[in-house]
Amino acid sequence: MATTDAGLASDAHEQPGHGHSDHGHGDHDHPSYLAHHFDTPEQQFDSGKLGMWLFLVTEVLFFSGMFCAYAIFRAWRPEVFEGCSQFLNTKLGAINTGVLLFSSFTMAWGVRCAQKEQHKLLTVMLATTLSCATVFLGVKAIEYSHKWHLGLLPAGLFSYDPSNPHPVGGPNYLAYICAPFVAITIGVAIWLVVSFLRGAKFQLECAKPLLVVCLCFFVGVGLGTILESGGEEGHHEDDHAVVASTDGTAAEHGKEHAHADGDQHVDHEEPAAAAVASLPAAGAMSNDSADLAVLERLASDATNTGLQDELAARKAQSERSGGGILYDVSDDASATVASAPENVLRPSRAGVFFSIYYCMTGIHAIHILAGIGVLVWLLVRSIRMDFNRNYFGPVDYVGLYWHIVDMIWIYLFPLMYLIR
Amino acid sequence: MSAGSVPSGYEVNDPGYPTPQENYLTNSKGILSWAFTLDHKRIGMMYLIGVTSAFLLGGLLALGIRLHLFAPDGILFNNALFQWLAPDKAPNDIYNQVFTLHGAIMVFLFIIPSVPAALGNFLVPVMLGAKDVAFPRLNLSSFYLWVGGALFFVMALLASGLDTGWTFYTPYSTTTDSSVILATTGAFVLGFSSIFTGLNFIVTINTMRPPGMTWFRMPLFLWATYSTSIIQVLATPVLGITLLLLIAERTLHIGIFDPEYNGDPVTFQHFFWFYSHPAVYIMILPAFGIISELISVHSHKRIFGYRFIAYSSIAIALLSFIVWGHHMFTSGMSPITTIIFSALTFTVSVPSAIKVFNWVATMFKGSISLTTPMVYAIAFIFLFTIGGLTGLHLGTLATDMHLHDTYFVVAHFHYVMVGGTVVAFLGGVFHWWPKMVGKMYSEAGGLLSAALVFIGFNLTFLPQFILGSRGMPRRYATYDPEFAPLHQMSTYGALILGVGLFVALFVLLMSLVNGKKAPANPWGGATLEWNCTSPPPFYNFERPPVVGDPYEFGDIRWDTELDRYVKVEPQRERVPSETPAETPAHASE
Ligand code: HEM
Ligand SMILES: [Cu+2]
Repeated sequence: MATTDAGLASDAHEQPGHGHSDHGHGDHDHPSYLAHHFDTPEQQFDSGKLGMWLFLVTEVLFFSGMFCAYAIFRAWRPEVFEGCSQFLNTKLGAINTGVLLFSSFTMAWGVRCAQKEQHKLLTVMLATTLSCATVFLGVKAIEYSHKWHLGLLPAGLFSYDPSNPHPVGGPNYLAYICAPFVAITIGVAIWLVVSFLRGAKFQLECAKPLLVVCLCFFVGVGLGTILESGGEEGHHEDDHAVVASTDGTAAEHGKEHAHADGDQHVDHEEPAAAAVASLPAAGAMSNDSADLAVLERLASDATNTGLQDELAARKAQSERSGGGILYDVSDDASATVASAPENVLRPSRAGVFFSIYYCMTGIHAIHILAGIGVLVWLLVRSIRMDFNRNYFGPVDYVGLYWHIVDMIWIYLFPLMYLIR
Repeated sequence: MSAGSVPSGYEVNDPGYPTPQENYLTNSKGILSWAFTLDHKRIGMMYLIGVTSAFLLGGLLALGIRLHLFAPDGILFNNALFQWLAPDKAPNDIYNQVFTLHGAIMVFLFIIPSVPAALGNFLVPVMLGAKDVAFPRLNLSSFYLWVGGALFFVMALLASGLDTGWTFYTPYSTTTDSSVILATTGAFVLGFSSIFTGLNFIVTINTMRPPGMTWFRMPLFLWATYSTSIIQVLATPVLGITLLLLIAERTLHIGIFDPEYNGDPVTFQHFFWFYSHPAVYIMILPAFGIISELISVHSHKRIFGYRFIAYSSIAIALLSFIVWGHHMFTSGMSPITTIIFSALTFTVSVPSAIKVFNWVATMFKGSISLTTPMVYAIAFIFLFTIGGLTGLHLGTLATDMHLHDTYFVVAHFHYVMVGGTVVAFLGGVFHWWPKMVGKMYSEAGGLLSAALVFIGFNLTFLPQFILGSRGMPRRYATYDPEFAPLHQMSTYGALILGVGLFVALFVLLMSLVNGKKAPANPWGGATLEWNCTSPPPFYNFERPPVVGDPYEFGDIRWDTELDRYVKVEPQRERVPSETPAETPAHASE
């Protein structure tokens, strides 16, 4: 009857008498990589490929729900999105974009290697792709832990306090995120040493690239740390100017309600009011104007028409919002700018921006993790030299998956980081 | 060979069906051989058992609802027994939980996987002439995801129940303290189960068709499955993300759906119905497929308008994506949006009606055998027509303002989902039962069940149209006394319906005990599944099947001597050297 695919716990084996040789699905033309229910390797490859494409369609639709949410909320409160986007570190986002793009390139090259049976090179390509993935996660760890520290969290947990933008103390989120990676790295290192001592060649071959991959996570963390602190000055100046209160709930329900039912609301009420009162004077001076001054200097170059437009836009905006985009002016009639659009007067919804940010980038990061899982599996198989010109489907499919994960990031980056 | 009703000039060209020593049920033994099977037929059977259990559980809850509503103030959840069982729960709260779990279990655990995953798994590769689905392991994982999702629902039931309605509308679902997270996790997991099944079928039908099986030689059941799969793959991910965001809303308060945190509940409704309207077609399209097979085979007549039926399935699948707004006419959309959604809703009824006309035209001048499956199929046509036409009342803006959230809606969707899908499912199970288990059931018992189901169903739900149009709102535990007679009628109907369903179950199970051995082709069908033995061997076909016209009944005759259907062909002179056509074209051999 049928030959067996290595991984296929087919019922066929348990069959006592394979008594139908007369109409055989002959063993001879069924290579070991061909599953029993397929007739030809082409059929198997086409099926896998179509299946993968369909899976990618479901992935795109899965994210499309969040893109819709993004579009809806951004359309409602564009200024919230623009303001909050300034909390995202463009440099880190850009680095990660570059890293992922490069990993897509090595992945595509890897597919080519598999087709051409360049086993060594394939291993290198897969390991490089994996390393990029872990660098990406390392950078992301910095971004996340930094924001959590500041209290830039989803709406219900949002606790950013513009009057105290650099809280001291609090849990060391970075350590929590890194802990599992440290454990895995140590594990891989031990595995490497043990397999070296026992002379287990294949295992050693696997452990070596995997250790590099693990270490790359810390490269990412280091890179992130440097860029985050390098950007600290300008970046944080931004924060002060841009965000005041963020507690959106209070005004939605009327003031009494806020005072009556949530300590959480009350917590913010005071600093919010304070910020509103103080910031247009001090805060806006300190940095929006500094920003504007730089812009003005640059824009004075007559060739720089783009910047002039930008400058005009900035000025208009800072006027409109009274110097800061996200002031919660709803509680304080005196701070209200009469001409401000209704949107701006309503409580800030910064938390919703961060909700969407965390949902989208978080689920994207989960996809990266899943990608790392399958890439490791491919790496091991490629070291085992499983793939050849007739059988490279898995590399091809994982490649497709990896490209779509990159693509999603390519959309996320400008939509999240580049909208000011 | 002298054959009973084979006309002169024809000869039987039917080598008979050698009984293999082994079939898919016996080729390996032990519980593990089932638990780890990759055989689509066994997975289909496991699904069949699974969805039947879910149906029993959901049915029990439905009976609870109907009993409670026997009197205006309720008689069940407020009686002493229930008060003793759950002293801290108000009767009306129990009622809310019971109807919610009834709906959620029926929709997510029973009706969505019923036809595609249970019957579809068994039939798709066999009808196609393939050895298995394209991804057998994915298929098995789909089943275990279903089991996982079911466990989540059971946990929700045992934890603190669920009282949001199966629609999980925010903001109630973000504030209630019932087990929303467990239930939505369950629905999320079930979504993946459904996606895997759909993906598998699309790939199988695209790439595993043997030579000769062109698109337009595919039985209509396969077209229906194919369209269903498209919806499963395209709509379910949106439900997945919606439920995930809802879970995040409850745990992290992300403020996307929850007005408390500046979220927008109507956005939830849009997201939800973007999946759930197409999902109602996940429920009904495969039923259409079953009916096309049943009507044609039991009328012994070529299906009328094959291409129309095939294309209308695809049309429905695509149209179903742009009508979701008709569930939200009263949620506060702009008037122009409601008008557009209303107009689009009407377009869906066109392909649905095309199908009904074609089925009726198929029966016209056919030689109809009133077997159990055929009786169910005819019942389907009646009931689905009522369900579909009342959908038009709901799609009309002015009438929907009045009818929305009343028993009229309840009656409408039960006519399509129970009168349509469940009746078709039962018809399909009776039709393919001999193939699945190799035993014939008692025809008299089957007919009795069909009659009871038909009468009971109408008695249950016809009064609900009247109730709804007179203003009885849905999802209420108590009602005005003026509604009592109609509610009582409905409760009596539910009891009869329940008895009918148990008769059906009993008849099918009894066939395992004392059923006659089923021939390969008990109904005289022309599709490929009737070409293999009953039950089929592990690889489906002892002899690679000849792909022919799936609705050509001209060469299938009843042979009284052999007591089974045989294939005949015009008599011709045999050249002595010519061997009977025994090994026709089959893939790569
Ligand atoms: C023939 C075309 C159909 C039309 C024009 C139609 C129209 C409608 C409309 C307008 C509603 C919303 C009523 C309201 O809430 O006010 C509705 C509800 C519903 N329909 Fe249909 N329908 C059709 C077919 C189906 C089918 C085939 C199914 C399922 C197999 C189905 C299942 C449902 C369900 C479950 C609901 C209620 C959802 C809920 O609120 O819980 N419908 N239908
Ligand atoms: Cu609908």
